[in-house]
Amino acid sequence: MWKNFKNGLIKENPVFGLYLGMCSTLAISSAIDSAIGMSLCVIIVLILSNCIISAMRKIIPDEIRIPVYIVIIASLVTIVEMLVHAFMPELYVSLGAFLSLIVVNCIILGRAEAFANKNGILASAIDGLGMGLGYTIAIVGLAIVREFLSTMGLVFHNPFDASQEIFKIAIPALEPYKISFFSTSVGAFLAFACFAALFAKLRSNSSKKEVK
Amino acid sequence: MNLFSMIIGAILINNIVLAKFLGVCPFLGVSKNSKSAVGMGLAVIFVIFASSMITYALYYLVLVPFGIEYMQLISFILVIAAFVQFVEMFLKKFSPGLYKSLGVYLPLITTNCTVLYVTQNNISEGYNLIQTIVNSIAVPVGFMLVLYIFSCIRERLDAADTNPTWKGNPIALVVAGLMALALAGLAGIA
Repeated sequence: MWKNFKNGLIKENPVFGLYLGMCSTLAISSAIDSAIGMSLCVIIVLILSNCIISAMRKIIPDEIRIPVYIVIIASLVTIVEMLVHAFMPELYVSLGAFLSLIVVNCIILGRAEAFANKNGILASAIDGLGMGLGYTIAIVGLAIVREFLSTMGLVFHNPFDASQEIFKIAIPALEPYKISFFSTSVGAFLAFACFAALFAKLRSNSSKKEVK
Repeated sequence: MNLFSMIIGAILINNIVLAKFLGVCPFLGVSKNSKSAVGMGLAVIFVIFASSMITYALYYLVLVPFGIEYMQLISFILVIAAFVQFVEMFLKKFSPGLYKSLGVYLPLITTNCTVLYVTQNNISEGYNLIQTIVNSIAVPVGFMLVLYIFSCIRERLDAADTNPTWKGNPIALVVAGLMALALAGLAGIA
């Protein structure tokens, strides 16, 4: 059980290991606020869809399983989208189209196909949580690096009330050295490449240890 | 809105992959050789154009008259999934070579975010029929253009002597970043 959970974090990290769900990771990671909001939405959808699909895995006919999964996921995303629109309007604006595009986030369909349709409800929920946290590590890590380099400071607002700052770091001395291109698409690709190389290194180190 | 500036904007400046980060998965996955990149590009153009037309009709003829616009996401993704299934069956019968080379990526067009994004964008921007047609051709043409260029670069990259940590996807992402930089230089034309 613990292994299922840990798997998603580093070894099979869905973003840097399997290169799934990259579109939203690249697009949303320019600021911490939206990165944390996005990863919360993804975790909720991922756990619920894993549970529902795992509970229904014996009823769903094998030939049409993909359309069934998509309908389940789309319904969950519609619910989450309406909730975010109602309670976190700023987050709704900053996520834009990517909120409804959670439907086509490969991580969710991928876990449904690879894990939830073979395992029990509890195991699937834990797998969903682990994979969701792996996604969170990726997107929030990327967002911290990008926001810091492009503004030389970090700000995190309360998602329910954007005028309230939960924490704020700013280093005025470094202000002239900020690299604003990290907030653009170019910086997103380059930062992602560095992270991907780092994770490849970590993985190759740990597999060398296992051989010894 | 001027249609010409809309085309240039959709293909180059607001390029769907490099500026809006949609469809990055097939962009990395199918770009290993230029032939399958062209095949994938054409398949995506066809799927986006046809599913935009269907969803446009669906939205204005069914969802709006019945007042059930909140069903947009579910109904659109179902239309796209059914349509991709149809294209897959068609290719399997009439072009087995292309079917084989596209392999696993064909069913993945369903989960290619560009398709869902373009169909939803047509509605949320309030485009009329002509703008919808232009937009849903120009956007996937932009996708195909960068996919083809990227696959040509990657064919060369395979032969290059890369550090083993960076080999494969990381170095390809650096290339993608440089391509995004080149396209960012065009901002301001349209």
